Amino acid sequence: MQRRVTFDNRLLPYLLLAPQVAVTLVFFIWPAANAIWQSVHLQDAFGIRSEFVWFENFTNVLGDPNYLDTLKVTVVFSLAVTVLAMGLALLLAVLADSKIKGARAYKTLLIWPYALAPAVAAVLWMFIFNPDIGSFGRALRALGYDWDYRLNGGQALTMVIMAASWKQVSYNFIFFLAGLQAIPRSVMEAASIDGAGPVRRFWTITFPLLSPTTFFLLVVDMVYAFFETFGTIHALTQGGPGKATETLIFRVYQDGVVNNDLGGSSAQSVILMVIVIALTAVQFRFVERKVHYS
Amino acid sequence: MLTRRKLALLTGAAATSALLFAAALPGPALAQQKTVIDFWHGLPQPLGGQLEQIAKDFNDSQQAVQVNASYKGSYPETMQAAIAAFRAGNAPHIVQMFEVGTATMMAAGPAVKPVYQLMQETGASFDADAYIPAVKGYYSSKDGKMMALPFNSSSTIMFYNKDAFQKAGLDPNKPPATWPEMIEATKKLKASGSTCPLTTAWPVWAQFEQLGAIHNTPFASQANGFGGLNAELKIDAPLYVKHVQTLIDMQKDGLFKYGGRDNKPDALFPSGECAMIHASSGLRSRILKEATFAWGAAPLPYWPEFAKDGPKNSIIGGAAFWVMTSPKRTPAEYKAVSQFFTYLARPEVDAKWHMDTGYVPVTMKGFELAKAQGYYEKNPGADVPAAQLTRTPTTENSMGLRLGNLPEIRNIIQEELEKAFQGQQDAKQALDASIKRGNTVLRNFERANKG
Repeated sequence: MQRRVTFDNRLLPYLLLAPQVAVTLVFFIWPAANAIWQSVHLQDAFGIRSEFVWFENFTNVLGDPNYLDTLKVTVVFSLAVTVLAMGLALLLAVLADSKIKGARAYKTLLIWPYALAPAVAAVLWMFIFNPDIGSFGRALRALGYDWDYRLNGGQALTMVIMAASWKQVSYNFIFFLAGLQAIPRSVMEAASIDGAGPVRRFWTITFPLLSPTTFFLLVVDMVYAFFETFGTIHALTQGGPGKATETLIFRVYQDGVVNNDLGGSSAQSVILMVIVIALTAVQFRFVERKVHYS
Repeated sequence: MLTRRKLALLTGAAATSALLFAAALPGPALAQQKTVIDFWHGLPQPLGGQLEQIAKDFNDSQQAVQVNASYKGSYPETMQAAIAAFRAGNAPHIVQMFEVGTATMMAAGPAVKPVYQLMQETGASFDADAYIPAVKGYYSSKDGKMMALPFNSSSTIMFYNKDAFQKAGLDPNKPPATWPEMIEATKKLKASGSTCPLTTAWPVWAQFEQLGAIHNTPFASQANGFGGLNAELKIDAPLYVKHVQTLIDMQKDGLFKYGGRDNKPDALFPSGECAMIHASSGLRSRILKEATFAWGAAPLPYWPEFAKDGPKNSIIGGAAFWVMTSPKRTPAEYKAVSQFFTYLARPEVDAKWHMDTGYVPVTMKGFELAKAQGYYEKNPGADVPAAQLTRTPTTENSMGLRLGNLPEIRNIIQEELEKAFQGQQDAKQALDASIKRGNTVLRNFERANKG
């Protein structure tokens, strides 16, 4: 049932809408339009000379084998971060939701990492894992393991994945916990009486009832892995060694801000925008069908 | 995305500061008719504070001009801020730009007012020959005219741990002068238990750009880019192949340690981890503060087979001050900028900055003044970078580099080096890949800046 709100003044609804529209125009539509404009131009850094080059920036970007490598890294990185962050968060939430001593304290502590800025978190990770000054890094080397993420691409990627997921676990944890607490106790008790064990209860009752939360977090985490892990990567590895930890968003920054290639950088932004729009559409179209909204 | 957001933010910030500036005008500044000059710099503390102090000293020394120095983040961030401000028509009067941004600034045409022209138009006396040739060359146009005002300059030198040398049975007062000696020394250091006999900060600046200059070997064609925008990388010459392969082999044998990009490896020396480091001469102040062992400074080693008549002068790093244009600039403002620059060029200002910070003196008179004040007797080794910069007359290959988007090229070389150090490719392959990718960058720059 929908309630229709009516206004006496015909201008008022537009006026009330105006701030939101203005924000969207200024902070989304205008820069996005700018990016599209720049993606079809070749410019010097100062914007003095500008040339319309059709889709040359796009063909350059897509024809660069390094770009395809970066795309691969991004896919691995995003999937790993999403799976790891959601899996760990769900596990922790289920554990914290059970009747254990000090559950409140655990819950509070688990939320803490979310309060850290990505760059700060990354610096903390560096102090732990740096092979020369990091406590854990030195310990690994002392044990004879050749730990050096500055030269080992696999180790570097593993580290940024861990650092990026760790940040997101707290966020997912809050939502999973809230989701768990919304599941009626009576349903669980009924299942127990019918003889279902904890594992069976989880997969037949908890997990399906959590699916709206899971779906929401899937979308949020993918977007997080794509766009918001820049600070983590920038502070930890700068995309290196080689290009082992360079994700699409990091390359956009690198090409645009460090290399002053606004055309190429904008073309990549546009490609990235298309990828994320497509991903979100796919998720809503196919995954959401399996979601139960009670 | 980030670029757009950042640009929007910067534009906003520039607009806000312009508003604040306008609001501040009716105060005492207007009463005294002071000309206000915006000066953006990229030096973090404590250097930034020392630079702002110089601006303050200048403000106190006269009544007509007020220089407002403000920190805009790291060098690349400062560059980006200046570019965004210029695009919005609000460029600062003066911006500090790192040496690798030189080609970008020179190609900026109407965005920049060359210093020689500024000094001419404002009738200020300015002697470009007062500057150390390696400094002057880096910031001069093809026909030898000074485009920017050199200020904080450094060079790459070697720092070594005298205690570690002693322990390894090496003479602590005789650091290795050539690469063969260097390899011998690292072997002895390793035998004495050192886990990192040698590392390098700024892998490309120290092991490529300086290497080329010292051995009088081009880094790129067209006289390292001074001759025109159509330069191409030349780092597949035997010198570079031999050098990089040596480093790869030394890394494999535990004689050399790759410590990361840019200045990341700096920390490895003062902590005592690495016995020798090739680093910016500016590292000196940090070593002074943190090192708990005896240490020394020495010139970079060279390959005798590639330097038959001895090593040439090294090149500089650091930054210079560029004058930016804006649609609303008045002649009085340019006059004020030239007054400030004349002040900065004074030998006593240069010598003080050098002695306070560890950057090299940029004028011969500043160098001599520091000498006359007995600075080098009290601080042995502090004259190594200046001596290395001035030891021979500059050649076509030791003037510096004038390559578009050099920061990007540096990153490309660092990436390829990292792949080589991981064992994915050898020196020749790394250098060939660097050339291929680097030349693409140079061609794009040429295309975007032609005409």
